[in-house]
Amino acid sequence: MTASSFPTRWLRQNRGFAGALVLVTLLYITYNMMHPRGFSTAVLVQNANEVVAIAFVAMAQTLPVLLGGLDLSVGAIMTLTNCIASEVVNGTPLQILFGMFLTLLAGTAFGMMNGLIVVYGRIQPIIATLATGAVAMGLALWVRPKPGGDVDEDLNWALTNSVWDFFDTYGLNADAVWLRPFADIPVPLIFLFGIAILVWVPFRRSVTGRTIYAIGSAEGAAYMSGLPINRARIAAFTLGGFFAACGGLYLAIQTSSGNADIQQAGAYTLNSIAAVVLGGTSLFGGVGSAIGSLVGALILRVISFYFRILSIDPLLQPLIEGLVLLTAVSFGAFRTLRVRNKLDLFR
Amino acid sequence: MLNRISAENKPIVISAMFIVVILMAGTAYTVSTAGTAPLLSPNYLLQQLQTGAFLGICAAGMMMVILLGNIDLSIPWTLAAAAMMATAVGGSLAVPTALAVGLAVGLVNGIGVAYLRIPSMIFTLGVDTVLRGLMVAHTGGFAPQDAATPLMLFLAKEDILGIPAAIFVWAAVSLVIFGILTRTGFGRALYATGSREGAAFLSGIRTRLVIVGAFVMSGLCASLAGVLLTGYSAKAYQGMGNAFLLPAIAAVVLGGTHILGGRGRYVGTLIGVILIVLLNSVLSIMQMPEAGRQIIYGAVIIGMLLVYGRNARVTS
Amino acid sequence: MNAPIVEYRGISKYFAGIRALENVDFYCRPGAIHGILGENGAGKSTLIKIMSGVLSPDAGEMLLEGRPVSFSTPDQATRSGIVCMFQELSLIPDLTVADNISISDPPRRFGLIDRRQQVRRAQELLARVRCEDIDPNALVRNLSLSRRQMVEITKALGRKPKVLILDEATSALTARDVHTVYDLLADLREQGVAILFISHRMHEVEALCDTLSVFRNGQHIETFAKGDHTDRETVRLMIGRDVEAQFPPKPEPRPVEPLLSVTGLKWENRLKGVDLSVGRGEIVGLGGLDGQGQKELLLALFGVLRGVSGSVEIGGRRGIPLSPFDARSGDVPMALVPEDRKSEGLMLGMPISDNLLAASFGRISRGPVIDPRLAAKAVSDAVAKLNIKIGSPSDAVTTLSGGNQQKIVIAKWLMIDPDIILLNDPTRGIDVGTKQEIYRLMRELADEGKAILFYSSDYAELIGCCDRVSVIYDGSVVNELAGDAITEEGLVASSLNIDVEAV
Repeated sequence: MTASSFPTRWLRQNRGFAGALVLVTLLYITYNMMHPRGFSTAVLVQNANEVVAIAFVAMAQTLPVLLGGLDLSVGAIMTLTNCIASEVVNGTPLQILFGMFLTLLAGTAFGMMNGLIVVYGRIQPIIATLATGAVAMGLALWVRPKPGGDVDEDLNWALTNSVWDFFDTYGLNADAVWLRPFADIPVPLIFLFGIAILVWVPFRRSVTGRTIYAIGSAEGAAYMSGLPINRARIAAFTLGGFFAACGGLYLAIQTSSGNADIQQAGAYTLNSIAAVVLGGTSLFGGVGSAIGSLVGALILRVISFYFRILSIDPLLQPLIEGLVLLTAVSFGAFRTLRVRNKLDLFR
Repeated sequence: MLNRISAENKPIVISAMFIVVILMAGTAYTVSTAGTAPLLSPNYLLQQLQTGAFLGICAAGMMMVILLGNIDLSIPWTLAAAAMMATAVGGSLAVPTALAVGLAVGLVNGIGVAYLRIPSMIFTLGVDTVLRGLMVAHTGGFAPQDAATPLMLFLAKEDILGIPAAIFVWAAVSLVIFGILTRTGFGRALYATGSREGAAFLSGIRTRLVIVGAFVMSGLCASLAGVLLTGYSAKAYQGMGNAFLLPAIAAVVLGGTHILGGRGRYVGTLIGVILIVLLNSVLSIMQMPEAGRQIIYGAVIIGMLLVYGRNARVTS
Repeated sequence: MNAPIVEYRGISKYFAGIRALENVDFYCRPGAIHGILGENGAGKSTLIKIMSGVLSPDAGEMLLEGRPVSFSTPDQATRSGIVCMFQELSLIPDLTVADNISISDPPRRFGLIDRRQQVRRAQELLARVRCEDIDPNALVRNLSLSRRQMVEITKALGRKPKVLILDEATSALTARDVHTVYDLLADLREQGVAILFISHRMHEVEALCDTLSVFRNGQHIETFAKGDHTDRETVRLMIGRDVEAQFPPKPEPRPVEPLLSVTGLKWENRLKGVDLSVGRGEIVGLGGLDGQGQKELLLALFGVLRGVSGSVEIGGRRGIPLSPFDARSGDVPMALVPEDRKSEGLMLGMPISDNLLAASFGRISRGPVIDPRLAAKAVSDAVAKLNIKIGSPSDAVTTLSGGNQQKIVIAKWLMIDPDIILLNDPTRGIDVGTKQEIYRLMRELADEGKAILFYSSDYAELIGCCDRVSVIYDGSVVNELAGDAITEEGLVASSLNIDVEAV
């Protein structure tokens, strides 16, 4: 095998992700062409706002899936942090910052608890997170028994609009020349991609991050190679909690409220799994990335945008979503067709 | 004392003891606040078992799948779809229609898991969403107007010899499942496949058919629970099955069935269901808010599993 | 000569009471290439696993550079400088070559993995083994087996070993790579690294090693400098003289109608056209070294493998069974006692009775319902027939000894009264007494008219039990021995695919 140039090699090694990227681009351009006010900042800002929470939850789900497991509590952690944020993100700027920090800390700590239970309690991730998910929902209901809350209005406006509005809100020079090229970018996208890149990319390049891939790919070989297996497992669930908390925080800022809705939490968990699969992450572990899941979440959301402009009955939405999910996972079935030794199917 | 109980029976014994604790705690509460002990009256307990029947039947089906190390997340909408289709068809065909829906969903799930080898967690989740979409589209998003048939009403609400009919249905399902698990080749093959599919396959067991069979049973149980619940509420409605999924899994796991398959007794699942039903009713007598219930739920599952988990470490 | 770099004193290791290593004293010196020879199951791989921290010895002590050490994980051994290249590769398929080479201790920049540096390091190391053709950014999954093995060697090299263990490290390499590895090992020897080299290829050991150690039956027999013994003497040391087991007498050879005949059986790149036949009343052995395709052959005949080509006739009817169920339920029922008792033969979590009945639920049922009396009778008959020592049939099968567990697997299949019995190393890891019972049972079954195809990694068994032996090398039958021609020398020579005269 000879060394091939970077783009070809990248394409070969990231087929699922590349496919998802192409798909979302095509879908979104077509959507804008069909939209009466397509390619406008207003549409982009509105869409961006709808994407952030699910994208974060999908990124949160990615880590346990890379290990070859599943986290059924991501939706609940997002809901819990959403409710916490709706209580604490207000007041003086310093209080607001502290509130945001507290929210993220709560989600991260909850994720870490998941990891500790899975590693040291030796309980299967699925069951452990099913139970901790109930705990998270209970805590969310305790924090916020009824929907509502109080989130700083300026923050809401600044973070859910374009960069221009952000600068304008905080009395900065929004018309500065250097800002012009960026003025129309929606802040939610900066928040989303900013955290994704600042957190995920370094993590992916740490030994702990690489160990997560190694565990999902070949746990025995990872052990033989002397990798820190327990640490990586705990880190995976912890980082999952952090991403879910980012989603909860943003949802609180966006809606200016918290809502401990069990149905909604369940729907987020379900959609996160769909997004992870669509983003090219293997359910058997070891292959994929949080950025892929982010793109997977974009696909799910863009599909739902079509319901609006094509005035398709929104009642059909769950049906289409379900079919998309089933189609996506059925691609995994090709693996079984390639297996030549049937005993390999059982491992 | 616990040391002398076999590993398989330990969860059952601990769960049974926990039931006694729940009853005592609840009674202590009611005696101290109201001076009565409703929890210990047969009528109250029968009433609890009547509502417990829906969960019990779902859990029985779920257990078949969990014994294989799989899971069936499509139970909520299998239940709802069966109920809605049954009331839509109505008449004497209502109940057979419901069971046909359960059978069909079980077949789809089984084929996806056994032949396509898609993880059951994901596949049944997808099937659940599709069913939800179909039902929402079918009803146009409104509550269905069709009412439960007399047979459904009878099964869910009437008494036979002073005992609710629903309990007889649950008992019948339990007998059938118990018989299948202990007395048929299929039942033994189910355990063998869940214990080690490779070894079962090399023994000439048709493991894929076993998997399909288990999912079909799960679908049938969910649809039967849908029939009863429709009778109980006098109609089918959106999301009627949502409250059963997690408690069903919890009941099976608390009863000592191993989540990775191969181990577990049906008696344990029965005890697990009763535990959850009584836990719920004591919490509601105590007027525990939803928040506290969720936390206690989660804590009970984790706590009990940590107790059994320590068991597993020694043997492995 | 310089002082030993690693030394082992009185090392013993038992698996479920069966001796794998007993009171082994062993050392190696820096700047030497030390070959380890022995038959399958002689204890070589157990020794290596203990050296590299995968297993802990039950008794004995280890000294590294004169200081006592003990390792509980492979990581600790690696950090002390004992680096092992395993037969089962320790590479992670979904990571790149560069990632794998620097897996546990990568070059870092600001605390993060420095990929550029990592690629450069991989290139340098790959260049040392003359594998510039391997792209450091390629995924290991996409490499051929021989390239993976070279990456594995590179990875071991990058860990700066003091003791480097190569366990069948060259089994998949091309001739060019083998020479590269030889040169590399010679280099390392100059630098004072101690190299342990385990290979089944005699000529490799000949060409490469300066010291040889022979192991047999878990014991260290002798260590000598190359050239101290002739090849013939070395082979004799490996085989030994002790006859452990008594075998039942073989019947006079007589012409038999083949019940199972196989022609040109191919599968993937593991079976490359196997021809053999087994007749009624005959025990045919499968010889050869481990991993030459014997296991795959048995699985193919039992309907486990997909995409098998070639012709199989079972009882005069052509066709390969589609599944184990198919194989078991045909007009000429087949049975397979699989290789790994614990994962393939038994459901370990289940009771003895269920394990016994697993292949015959249909025979003990009336309609769909199991008849408990028939079931109990079937179980007690089987237990009595094979003289299995059990407490109660409802006990977990894990309560039994290895030998009795294997009897359960065999008894399970005898319940369906098979005509063809495929045995995959059925006596591995069980005690001598049970072994002899199994030999007698095999002969009895053959005398009842069953056809038995028997793979064993123990040559003595093939010699003692079989009417004929087909020796497999690299996926095809290279030699067939019959009657008195089945000798140790003949089997060893055929297994190594060399001429008997040359030994």
